[in-house]
Amino acid sequence: MRVVREKLVLSRSEMDRTLAELADSGDDRLVEIAEVTGDGPFSWRLREIGFCRGAAVRFVRRAPLGDPAMYELHGATLSLRRSEASRIRVRSRAS
Amino acid sequence: MTELVRLGTGAPSGRPARIAFLGAPNSGKTTLFNALTGHRAKAGNYPGVTVDRREGDLRARFTDLSVRLIDLPGVYSLEPQSEDEAVAVRVLRGEFEEPSPDGVVVVLDATTIERALPLVAEAAELGLPLCIALTMIDELKARHGEIDLEVLGAELGVPVLGVVGNRGLGIDDLGALVAESGHWTRSEALGEAARADTPEQRFEWAYGVLGRCRRKVPQADHWSRRLDRFLLHPVLGPAVFLTFVALFFQAIFTWATPAMDLMSGMTDGLADWLLTVVPDSLLTRLLADGVIRGVGAVIVFLPQIVLLFTVILFLEGCGYMARAAFVVDRVMGWAGLEGRCFLALLSSYACAVPGIMATRTIPSERDRLTTILVAPFATCSARLPVYTLLIAAFIPADPVFGPFTWQGLTLGGLYLLGTAAALVSAAVLQRGLRRGASLPFYLELPPFRLPRPSDILLGVWDRAKMFLRRAGTIILCVSIVLWFLLNLPRRAADPELGAAANQQAILEGSYAASVGRFIEPVFAPMDFDWRINVGLVASQAAREVMVATLAQIYAHEDEEGEGLGRVLAGVGDGAGEPLLSRPSALALLVYFAFAMQCMSTLAVIRRETGKWRWPAFTFVYMTGLGWLGAWVTFLAATAAGA
Repeated sequence: MRVVREKLVLSRSEMDRTLAELADSGDDRLVEIAEVTGDGPFSWRLREIGFCRGAAVRFVRRAPLGDPAMYELHGATLSLRRSEASRIRVRSRAS
Repeated sequence: MTELVRLGTGAPSGRPARIAFLGAPNSGKTTLFNALTGHRAKAGNYPGVTVDRREGDLRARFTDLSVRLIDLPGVYSLEPQSEDEAVAVRVLRGEFEEPSPDGVVVVLDATTIERALPLVAEAAELGLPLCIALTMIDELKARHGEIDLEVLGAELGVPVLGVVGNRGLGIDDLGALVAESGHWTRSEALGEAARADTPEQRFEWAYGVLGRCRRKVPQADHWSRRLDRFLLHPVLGPAVFLTFVALFFQAIFTWATPAMDLMSGMTDGLADWLLTVVPDSLLTRLLADGVIRGVGAVIVFLPQIVLLFTVILFLEGCGYMARAAFVVDRVMGWAGLEGRCFLALLSSYACAVPGIMATRTIPSERDRLTTILVAPFATCSARLPVYTLLIAAFIPADPVFGPFTWQGLTLGGLYLLGTAAALVSAAVLQRGLRRGASLPFYLELPPFRLPRPSDILLGVWDRAKMFLRRAGTIILCVSIVLWFLLNLPRRAADPELGAAANQQAILEGSYAASVGRFIEPVFAPMDFDWRINVGLVASQAAREVMVATLAQIYAHEDEEGEGLGRVLAGVGDGAGEPLLSRPSALALLVYFAFAMQCMSTLAVIRRETGKWRWPAFTFVYMTGLGWLGAWVTFLAATAAGA
């Protein structure tokens, strides 16, 4: 059993997902931000508010109508729309 | 020596020291500002309540020096992307009329300090003396979080203070610290922070500092977790919200009416008493009918206003507003708007003027303009007296189910109508306006916090005063002018007719009647007669004037003391012909839901957009829609045999 689970974690850590995909699958494990795609003020602002490389983030829940979704980040709770969340690539936490 | 130091503090040349409050939105700057200055600026538990800078003097009990405090809109960084952020940054950089402040208090929410600390790194770049106020220390402790303030202070090399703004804890120390701003320094550690120039570097610096301060991350707030699971539930959430709102609308009729009837009886009694004790003259009649009855008819709605603001201030203070924005964000997205637009729209339910000012938090010019143009559709508190009067008069109080009657549901329906009009107009406008650069929308969801009853009471008291001031100024003026227009020219009384009939003859021949008749063709399709038309023209100054006008016109008809509503509907013993049929009354309600009848709103649209084109556009399309909506309602209600 234990072996299977470790394999799963390994395969996930290799697989890069966006935050939006994380929310879609309802995965509420703590993950780490790999990168924010795109340049310019849009992604700069996402990074300024804390969605920057290395930050730990957790999906909490989606809004009753499906979008946006709530995330926990740096001890705060933030809401992001799907369009924003799909710009943020995450990976499993190394440890 | 101490004298010398004192002279050295503050600013040169006897000018008071100027200290600015910098911090992320909803970190509690305004609460601290209020505690230190004794002001009662509006604060709330959601981001973006403060959209302009605000100044006040440090209370004398903290210092004998003169210190000016500047409250700034919240910022996430010093690279502004919206108007309110730009204001904050320009003040700090000294690009706003006055030079840079002499010191900056960086306000950080202790429960989310990881996220807030990077702002300190940016503030260090300003090169101004800094100190740090950590707010919500009580909440940090309650959630088993810890941070060593002494180490943090040593790490940063600047004074650090923990405070609880709304309970006044640590406020004395903060006041003393602010008074001594001359002693603040910028440290070496901050010099290192200032060299970080990407968000990643700033966060890395922040986590490094926190790691050395024996930081223990607070646990999630269990109450907020539980409430969120309930209030944001796909089925329960909306159900709870709708029940709450429906109860509120019902309360406007069920609970506020006794208080209102009492006040109404008092104003009528006062007017009658005046007419009996003072010799009858034009002046007495002006006072009794124009001033007491006219303005009184509006003032009697004070209980409803108090109820409305108690609910609004509670929702704002507890943190529900941000949740509401989260829940309906998808609907806003359909209308082409983002959540910040929704928060601005929500403020417009109190009054469109602060609502339009709240659009300064919206970074996109296009979204901001659209929100400004549709915000006046939100049912503002000035519409409430008109709605309540007409609904009480024309809609039966028959129960529908439980405590809910048709009256409460109609009022709820009118609020819904205004909201729908705002969203549909926004969707149409967004398709017509040029698309600008898009910026991410993110919304911070603060933990639920129980607002202090005294804060709500003070807030409601301020709103009640504002309502009374409005009644005592603009509504009073319009009422007096209207009284003259309704009672001039004078004509000799016909001794064969009674007093009421003579008064009727004067009204029918008055200047106001000519105006009302002149525009009769415009509103003929809805069957409004000249008296309603006079009210419509007068309510162009302020919506509540409609109530004052009808009260004046009907002052003499209400000899039995039936109350204005019953006279309007033509029910009760002493009443004559009804002024309005039910279809016309419904049409009038819809007209008030849509039409632009507020000069202050037009003025603020002009100020915020900088062009006359937009207030003119708003006036034309909203009033046009009001007419159209009224006509369709009239036709539909007539066909349905209402």
